[in-house]
Amino acid sequence: MSHAFPYLTVLVLLPAGGALGVVLLGALPGVRRVVLEWIGIGVALATLGFAIAMAAQFSTGTGGFQFVSDHAWASGVGVKWHLGVDGISLFLVLLAAVLFPIVLAGARTRSDARSFVGWMLLLESACIGSFVSIDLILFFFFFELTLVPSYFIISGWGYARRAYAAVKFFVYTFLGSAFLLVGILVLAFLHEHQTGVLTFSLPALEHTHFAGATGILLFLAFTAAFAVKAPLFPFHTWSPDAYTEAPTGGSMVIAAVMAKLGTYGILQFDLRLFPQASVDLAPLMLTLAVVGILYGAIVACAQRDLKRVVTYSSLAQMGFVALGIFAFTSQGLTGGVLLMFNHGIVTAALFLLIGWIYERRQTWQVSELRGLQAPAPVLAGVFTVAMLASIGLPGLNGFVSEFLVLSGAFLSHRWWAVVATFGVVLAAIYLLWAYQQVFHGKVDLANSRTRDLSWAERVVIAPLILVIVFLGVYPKPVLDRITPTVNGLVAQVEAATHTRQPAVARSGVAGAEAAASGRAGR
Amino acid sequence: MLHAVFLVPLFPLVGFVVLLAFGRRIGEPVAGWIGTLAVTGAFVSACITLAGLANQPAHARTLTCSDACGTGANAHSFFTWIAVDGLHITAAILLDPLSMTMCMFVTGVSMLIHLYSIGYMKGDRDFTKFFVYLNAFVFSMVVLVLANNLLVTFVGWEGVGVCSYWLVSFWFFRDSAASAGKKAFIYNRIGDVGFLLAVFLIFSKTGSLTYVTIFAHSHLLSGWSITAAVLLLFMAATGKSAQIPLFNWLPDAMEGPTPVSALIHAATMVTAGVYLMCRVNPLLALTHNAMWVIAIIGGLTAFVAATIASTQQDIKKALAFSTVSQIGYMVLAVGTGAYVAAIFLMVAHACYKGLLFLGAGSVIHGMETEQDMKRMGGLRRVMPWTFVTFLCAWLALAAVPPFSGFWAKGEILANVYAKSLPLYALALLTALFTSYYMSRIFFLTFTGKERWKDPAPDGRPAHHRPHESPWVMRAPLVVLAVLAVFAGAANLPWVHVGTLQNWLAPVFGHRLFDSHESAGLQVGLAVADGVVAVAAALAAWFLWRRTVDRPGLEPTFLQRVWYWDNLYDALIGRPGQLVARTYAVVVDGRIIDGAVNGAARLVRATGSGARRLQTGFVRNYVLGIALGLAAIIAFMLSRTWWS
Repeated sequence: MSHAFPYLTVLVLLPAGGALGVVLLGALPGVRRVVLEWIGIGVALATLGFAIAMAAQFSTGTGGFQFVSDHAWASGVGVKWHLGVDGISLFLVLLAAVLFPIVLAGARTRSDARSFVGWMLLLESACIGSFVSIDLILFFFFFELTLVPSYFIISGWGYARRAYAAVKFFVYTFLGSAFLLVGILVLAFLHEHQTGVLTFSLPALEHTHFAGATGILLFLAFTAAFAVKAPLFPFHTWSPDAYTEAPTGGSMVIAAVMAKLGTYGILQFDLRLFPQASVDLAPLMLTLAVVGILYGAIVACAQRDLKRVVTYSSLAQMGFVALGIFAFTSQGLTGGVLLMFNHGIVTAALFLLIGWIYERRQTWQVSELRGLQAPAPVLAGVFTVAMLASIGLPGLNGFVSEFLVLSGAFLSHRWWAVVATFGVVLAAIYLLWAYQQVFHGKVDLANSRTRDLSWAERVVIAPLILVIVFLGVYPKPVLDRITPTVNGLVAQVEAATHTRQPAVARSGVAGAEAAASGRAGR
Repeated sequence: MLHAVFLVPLFPLVGFVVLLAFGRRIGEPVAGWIGTLAVTGAFVSACITLAGLANQPAHARTLTCSDACGTGANAHSFFTWIAVDGLHITAAILLDPLSMTMCMFVTGVSMLIHLYSIGYMKGDRDFTKFFVYLNAFVFSMVVLVLANNLLVTFVGWEGVGVCSYWLVSFWFFRDSAASAGKKAFIYNRIGDVGFLLAVFLIFSKTGSLTYVTIFAHSHLLSGWSITAAVLLLFMAATGKSAQIPLFNWLPDAMEGPTPVSALIHAATMVTAGVYLMCRVNPLLALTHNAMWVIAIIGGLTAFVAATIASTQQDIKKALAFSTVSQIGYMVLAVGTGAYVAAIFLMVAHACYKGLLFLGAGSVIHGMETEQDMKRMGGLRRVMPWTFVTFLCAWLALAAVPPFSGFWAKGEILANVYAKSLPLYALALLTALFTSYYMSRIFFLTFTGKERWKDPAPDGRPAHHRPHESPWVMRAPLVVLAVLAVFAGAANLPWVHVGTLQNWLAPVFGHRLFDSHESAGLQVGLAVADGVVAVAAALAAWFLWRRTVDRPGLEPTFLQRVWYWDNLYDALIGRPGQLVARTYAVVVDGRIIDGAVNGAARLVRATGSGARRLQTGFVRNYVLGIALGLAAIIAFMLSRTWWS
């Protein structure tokens, strides 16, 4: 592996280098903003190219980390430049790589393109870096680094209450991260105490033993940071303000990519490092997940602002992710990973479309929008596809993940899944209501001059729509890459906790028969 | 020949894609012809497949477990859809007499209605879009019918739901149409919770969602779970097939263009629930309790809807309640175990109800969007084609012998008689109402005084002289009229060869309810049906031939749909809005967010510079992080390079 192309290092450093380049170039006099914007798009597209090349070489047979690059770095304190990608992080890297070019092309800002492009590319580096770091300190470094560009994007290019939103976002998520840092250090020192080796490497730390409630406490410390970031109920209140006040591009990347760090952290770190605590606290996490699903959906029903509708729908979707994770079945976990990707694509599409509506009408208030389907049929059609994907219409990507999450959860935690299924109805209620208010009805004078999507805008949104349809019809390539890793994770949790996922989850009909004969035998 | 079945879904799919991509450039009327051609292709493919299946010996048409594994002749697989460990779902076709029967009438009726729509939608701003949706609908419906597992059926199930949403709110600039589309989708979505839960339950017990595998392992579904699974699937069916308690979206759905009402909300989609119940009949056979629930819901829905239909003034609303009532009969038959009778009525109903809606559409078209029957009257002279075909459909639906409805409904009534006398009494009473409301519709519309010549009592001006519709609209009327008259021949009680009963026997086998009635009793029951139908029609003739003003026969309670909508609004709608607003404002705004902001304020109060915290402090903090991170990087780099 050591002679292979260092995909991950390139993926992490390329956008950051691009950011530096844009900032430096922008300092020269007479450089036009279009040039800077196109450099940004070019760098993001190059990153996408590398990500696709890596995904093409990703081998489906194994569940472990691939493309590992492991370099001694600050070896005295045990920190290493240790990167790797597995079936869980692969699609999050791809998600970031797909969305950043779209954001840079589709959600440009009116002022100070230089800083905007610079911060965006730095954020891409930070996000990809977090997804591929196997060293916990390195992960924490990138995890924190995401805050800086996000903060400046919200406060610099946001809407009326941007200062308040940015501060709240920053302080809240930062407080969560403090717990994470303490947790990481305690874990590493415990491990050093047990083995004599100071390391922050995830595979090594997996073998740490915990006495008493230590595991639970560490789990809670890690989860505090991740639950805020995701966000999971009831740690979500930074998100309505941040998503609403951020500029379109900011909402897209924060909601679609950066927030995934929360659920990703739970999957990759909580489950691997604290399997026993994860299983012990699963009922709590499942309950929070289900409450979040219903709560997010109910609150979304009462919103009068398109961005807030999508925000609360995101809260509900993150609940579905958590439900899938803590189901501890192959289907639930695979669905959870897939849903992270799908939610990113769909939410980015919705925020982008809402941003375009704002560009045309200077509002997101549904009370001021009406009958847009008549002047802008293509916009309405594209919005419909994204909306139906979010509702979970079979044939579009959202359904596959939602179905896997719910069926997986039903196998191990039936009643949580039953309650969560009702969230499906609520999603239809708030999204169809919003759609009716905005696109249906008799168009008035102000709305009748709404411009339909331009060809450039269609080109920008087309990749998202294609992904939505393709992964709804043929998710197999994605599932084939996620499942081996998930199975490894399940096996790891099962080995550490002596729990077993239901036989049906592993082997279908044969499992069902074995389970039935086992019951009869007893 | 059996491989032609692959083409059945592909034709409308290709039509949909072509029209979606190029429809606006193709324009009217060619886009309509392309759509019609696509569905015709599907119909022809279905005919070829049917011929192939009919050539097979009876035992080869039976479902066996080997088919599930893909080795049998009847499983046709496209690709693996979702596969995660024990869960394996393929996009595959289940080819058996039941799915082919459904395919035949779905594609056949769709073809006629596509043709009709070319005339009906002429000049509409969104003419091509209409055919985009219509082809998408046919594709989804075919997927629903042909799927070999529950989840792919669900794809079609939701697909027809969303097409119904698009088509009901097709004239989206009308608020009533937009709301009706949304209502239809949400009511269906409520039922879908049942579908999903049934899928989860069945998978967790049997480890599969493929029909034949489930049936082969149905012993794994223990007592409570089989009843729960069947009732959950039936919950989905009540949504899709507009049964109590989820029936009241269907009358609102009449906001859609009339061909849509004919195709989706009368002939095909709304019968999907009945199809689903027939599809899983091996599960139904294991739970008598659930069968009783199904039978009672069906009987009650048939009765309630028939009473409402007797008082409606809008021709489409009246026909919509009639549809609800007729599907109630089918559900009653399913609950009785008389599956063949249910399918028989479904096919006959598709012909005559499709025809009734197309006739109503012809009337509405001819009278420039008038739907109030009290403004019609005497149309038999100006619209002779519509009149004659509507007459056939009227007699068929009213179950007057020897039209198709008489045979189809008679079979259901005979079976119900053997199952339960109270249900039979209810069904016979419903038959009385059925013949009455249908005759009332017919007389109000086509006979009596030509009320359209006069201005309306509320001041609207008189109508122009109505005109007969063009041939593209008349041709489907004639074809359907012939079918409505003669469809009964498909399953005559005294014929035992080549009937629907024989054809479907492999699907239902011994699970089919056998009433063991003597020939004499059967004749007696048939006479009773016939007498009821004719008597009610005569009563309507006396009551409604000349006058339109009989408030005593149109009580508000029935006109307002038993106050069903008001009840839901008071019980669910308004409290729901209150809960949502409370959650948003109080719980989310004050409590959860309040706690966070309160904590922040507490911190700020303990610190000195309150204003600095709000703005400057955080900015410094962010810069601090950035600098700190930079320092860490620098430190690490130094360790890398100089160590």
